[in-house]
Amino acid sequence: MILDHDVVVLGAGLAGMRAALEAARAGVKVAVVSKVHPVRSHSGAAQGGINAAIGKDDSWEIHAFDTIKGSDYLADQDAVEIMASEAPRDIIELEHMGVTFFRDDQGKLGTRAFGGASKARTYFVGDITGQALLYTLYDQILKAGVQIYEEWFATALYTVEGACRGAVCIDMLSGELHLLRAGAIIMASGGCGRVYEPSTNALICTGDGIALAYRVGAPLMDMEMVQYHPTTLKGSGFLMTEAARGEGAYLLNASGERFMQRYAPKMMELASRDVVSRSETIEIAEGRGVDDCVFLDLRHLGPEVVMRKLPQIHEMALDFLGIDMLTTPVPVRPGMHYIMGGIKTDATGATAMPGMYAAGECACVSVHGGNRLGANSLLDTLVFGRRSGAASANYARQVQPLTSGEDFLRSEQVRIAALLERPYEGETHARLRLELGTMMDRNVGVYRDEAGLQAALQTIQQLKQRYQHVAVGDKSRVYNQALTFVLELGYMLDIAETIVYSALTRTESRGAQSRTDFPKRNDAEWLKHVVIHSHDGQAPAIDFSPVSITKWPPQERTY
Amino acid sequence: MKWTIVVGRYDKDQPAGSGYPPPFESAAAKRYQTFEVDLPEHAMVLDALIQVREYQDESLAVRCACRSAICGSCAMWINGHANLACTSKLRDFTVDGKVTVESPPSMPPIRDLVCDMTPFWQKNRQVRPWLEGKEPVPAGEEYRVPNAAMENLIQEVGCISCGACLMDCESFAVNQNFLGPAALAKAYRYTADPRDAETRDRLKTYSEPDGVWDCTHCYECVQQCPKGVAPLEQILKLRRMAVEEGFTNNAGTRHAYAFAESVKDSGRLNELTLMPKSFGLLNIRAQLQSLPAAFNMARAGKLPPLIHKKIPGLARIKSIFAKVGGKFK
Ligand SMILES: Cc1cc2nc3c(=O)[nH]c(=O)nc-3n(C[C@H](O)[C@H](O)[C@H](O)COP(=O)(O)OP(=O)(O)OC[C@H]3O[C@@H](n4cnc5c(N)ncnc54)[C@H](O)[C@@H]3O)c2cc1C
Ligand code: FES
Repeated sequence: MILDHDVVVLGAGLAGMRAALEAARAGVKVAVVSKVHPVRSHSGAAQGGINAAIGKDDSWEIHAFDTIKGSDYLADQDAVEIMASEAPRDIIELEHMGVTFFRDDQGKLGTRAFGGASKARTYFVGDITGQALLYTLYDQILKAGVQIYEEWFATALYTVEGACRGAVCIDMLSGELHLLRAGAIIMASGGCGRVYEPSTNALICTGDGIALAYRVGAPLMDMEMVQYHPTTLKGSGFLMTEAARGEGAYLLNASGERFMQRYAPKMMELASRDVVSRSETIEIAEGRGVDDCVFLDLRHLGPEVVMRKLPQIHEMALDFLGIDMLTTPVPVRPGMHYIMGGIKTDATGATAMPGMYAAGECACVSVHGGNRLGANSLLDTLVFGRRSGAASANYARQVQPLTSGEDFLRSEQVRIAALLERPYEGETHARLRLELGTMMDRNVGVYRDEAGLQAALQTIQQLKQRYQHVAVGDKSRVYNQALTFVLELGYMLDIAETIVYSALTRTESRGAQSRTDFPKRNDAEWLKHVVIHSHDGQAPAIDFSPVSITKWPPQERTY
Repeated sequence: MKWTIVVGRYDKDQPAGSGYPPPFESAAAKRYQTFEVDLPEHAMVLDALIQVREYQDESLAVRCACRSAICGSCAMWINGHANLACTSKLRDFTVDGKVTVESPPSMPPIRDLVCDMTPFWQKNRQVRPWLEGKEPVPAGEEYRVPNAAMENLIQEVGCISCGACLMDCESFAVNQNFLGPAALAKAYRYTADPRDAETRDRLKTYSEPDGVWDCTHCYECVQQCPKGVAPLEQILKLRRMAVEEGFTNNAGTRHAYAFAESVKDSGRLNELTLMPKSFGLLNIRAQLQSLPAAFNMARAGKLPPLIHKKIPGLARIKSIFAKVGGKFK
C-alpha cells in the first residue's frame, strides 16, 4: 500500500509526539510511525526530570552556561540559547496539557537539584517524569486526532532527487510492507544504547533512524560523544536516576569513602556525568571498587524521602538484586546511557537533506556537545520536537505531491523477501549483537585509545562481513521479530562504525571522549564538530563543522 | 540454574484448529511447547523468554522493551493470571517444576505471547483521556494547585498500560463493552484533576451503562496491577463523585441505594426487591426480562424466601447508618 501525508514523523517518543502535535496545529496532514505503541517508547523510562530556568533566582543565561560548560564547550551556543530561553514556555505548556508536576507550598511548580547544574531547576513528577510527559503527549495527539501507525517498523527512507520523501515500513501485525509518502519526514527515532552492552536503554533503542538517515546520505555529527551514566545497576545495567544524588545520595568506594571529594570537591556527587563516570572508573581500576562497582548510598535520606521521591529505584534494586536501599548501599558502575551525537540539524530541526528533519536523541543540534547534562534531554526533545514540527509543516506545504514510489516499495519487498530466505549457516543476530555490544563497552567506553579503537574498527568490519550470513530464524508473516532484530543489527553495525571513526578522528579529550593517548582538551585544534557521511559503500567520509560561540568563551572545567 | 518454561504457541496465520479457549476456539491451533533454560537465581520470566528467543527458537514472539516494569509491553498470562514477565521471578512462579506462560484468553491472540491490545486502547480512547483545561488558562504561568492534588493523581499516572487489569477483569469477561479498570482509572485521573473543566460532564458519561457501575468488585485488577494503581479504588472514587454530583438516575446507583435501604430496614439483603429497585420500579420491560432467570432460580430452589425477616439487633445496624450519616441517616 502507498499512503500519503504531508508530514510523517518517524518515532513516537517525546520528540516525535511533540513534533506531530505542532505539525497538526499548523494544519497539515500528519502521521506518526512507531515500532512499538507510542507509550512504550523509551522516553517513558526517564526518571529524573526536565530542566528549565523558571525560578526567580535562576535565569536562562545561567542554564545556558551550565549546559555549555557541561558540554565541555562543544555545544553550539546559539542553539543552547534557544533551548534554554524557550524552556520555560515549553514546561508551562506541558503543565497546561495536564502534566502532574511536583508543586511547592504555594502550589507553583517545584524543583529538585541535578548534576552539573548550579541551580535547582529540574521539574519532575515523582521518579516517573518521562512517563508522565509521554502519556500527556499521547493523550494530546489523541485529542488532536493525529494518525498513528503503531507497531510499524521502518526499513528504508525514500528519496527523490536528493530530497527525503517517505519511509517504507513493515506492519508487524500483518507482515506487510507499506510506503508512507510525505512532503517531509521528521526523524524522531531515539537513541542507540543497545550498540553497547550493558546499557541503560531499552531493547528497542537500536538507533534505527540515525542509521536510516546516514544510509541515504544525511551527515551525522558528534558521534564519538557517548555518555556513560555514573550510576547503573550492577549486572543488568538499569539506571539508578541521578535524582538520587540530587536528593543527596552518596557515592562510596570499597572502604566507604565519599571518593568524589578527591575529584570534584565543590560539586561532589553532583559534578557533571562524564566527570563522575571517569572518577568511578579510576576508583575501580585502582582497586577501590568491589566487583567492578562502587556503591550508591541512600540510607541517610531516610524512608520518607526514598519512598516518596525515589520509589522506582528502590523497587528496582529490590527486584533485580534483592537489595533494600533503605538499609544497604547498592553496587553501581558507569554504563552506556545516551548519545550526544546524531543526525546533524540546525535549530529548526532541518538536516542537510531537503525534506528531512530530526529531533530528540537521534538528532544533534548540537545542544549537548561533549556531554549532556541530566534533565536536558527531555527538554531537547520538546523544544526541538516543537520546532521541527513547525518547520517541516511549513516546508511540506511547498512541495509537490508525488505519484512515484511503487518501484521503490517493490524493491524493498524484494530485499526483505531475500533476507527472509537466506539459509541458516550458523550466524545468529543474538550472538553478533552480544559480541558487538560487549566489544563496544570494552574498547569504546569511558576511556579510549588509538589501539583499542583500531581493534574495535577491525572487529566491526568482521562483524559486518558475518552479518551478511545471518539468517532470519522465523519464516512467519505475522509479528516476525527475528526479521526486525536482524534489521536492527544492521543499523547498529553502521552506527558503531560511525562512533569509532569519529572517536579515532578526535585526537583530544573532551566531554565524554577521554583518550588516554591524548589526555588534554585541545581548543586550538579541536574546538569543532566531527561530521561523518556515508560514502558509497567505502570508508565513511569525515569533515568538520565549526562550534558556534556567542557569549561564553571556553574555560577550564572544574566542579 | 535450570528452569523449565512452558509456552503457549500460536500463529494466527496457521490454519484453524482446536485448542484455543472460547471465544477464539475457531482460531488457529494453539499448542504448548516446553523449553529448558539456564539462568541465575534472580532471573525473571522475561529473561527466560529472551533466552529462548535468542538461542533456541527465534520464532517465539514476545513484546518487551524496558525489562523493568516501565514500558508495559510484557503483560501475559503466567500460570493463569496476568502479570509482567519482566518482574516475575522464575523462582516465585515455578510450580511443579515449571512456569506456564501464554497470551491471555480474554484478548484476541495474534502470535505466541503477543495479543491484540486494540480493546484496551479503544477503551482508553473512549474516556476522553486528556485535560480539558479550565478557562482562563493562566497566561505564561502554571495553574496554581496544591501538591496534594497532584499526588492524588500520581497513583494513576504510574499506570503503564500493560493491560494486566483488563486481561483478568471478571466484568470484561462477560461484557466486552465494559470500559474496564485501566480506562476508568484514567477517567478518574482527569476527572479529579483540579485543572479540568469537564468534571460534571465526565461523571455523567462514566455513570452510563458499561461505566463505573459495571464493575463487580472482583478485585482482580487490584491484585494484578504491577504498579499499585488499584483501578477499583479509582472506580469507587468516581462513583462517589458521581453520586455527589447527583448522577443517581441509573441502575448502579439505584442498586447501591436499594442495597443500603434493605440492610438498614431489615439488617440483610432483600433479594426480591433488589432487582426491581435497581432497574427502576417503573421499568417493567427490564423486570419482565429478568423473569426467566427467576423461574430458573425457583426451579433450582434458589429463590429467596417470599417473607423477608428482620435480623435481631437491628438497632445496632441502624446506629451504624446514623453514624455514617448521609442519605440513610
Ligand atoms: C533510563 C533512562 C533515564 C533517563 N532519564 C532522563 C531524565 O531524567 N531526564 C532527561 O532529560 N533525559 C533522560 N534520559 C534521556 C531521555 O529519556 C531520552 O534521550 C529521550 O527520552 C529520547 O526521546 P526521543 O523522543 O528522542 O526517543 P524515544 O523516546 O526513544 O522514541 C523513539 C521512537 O522511535 C521509534 N522507532 C525507533 N526505531 C524505529 C523504526 N525502525 N521504525 C519505527 N519506529 C521506530 C520508537 O518506537 C519510539 O517511538 C533518560 C534515558 C534513559 C535511558
Ligand atoms: S518489558 Fe517493559 S514492562 Fe516488561
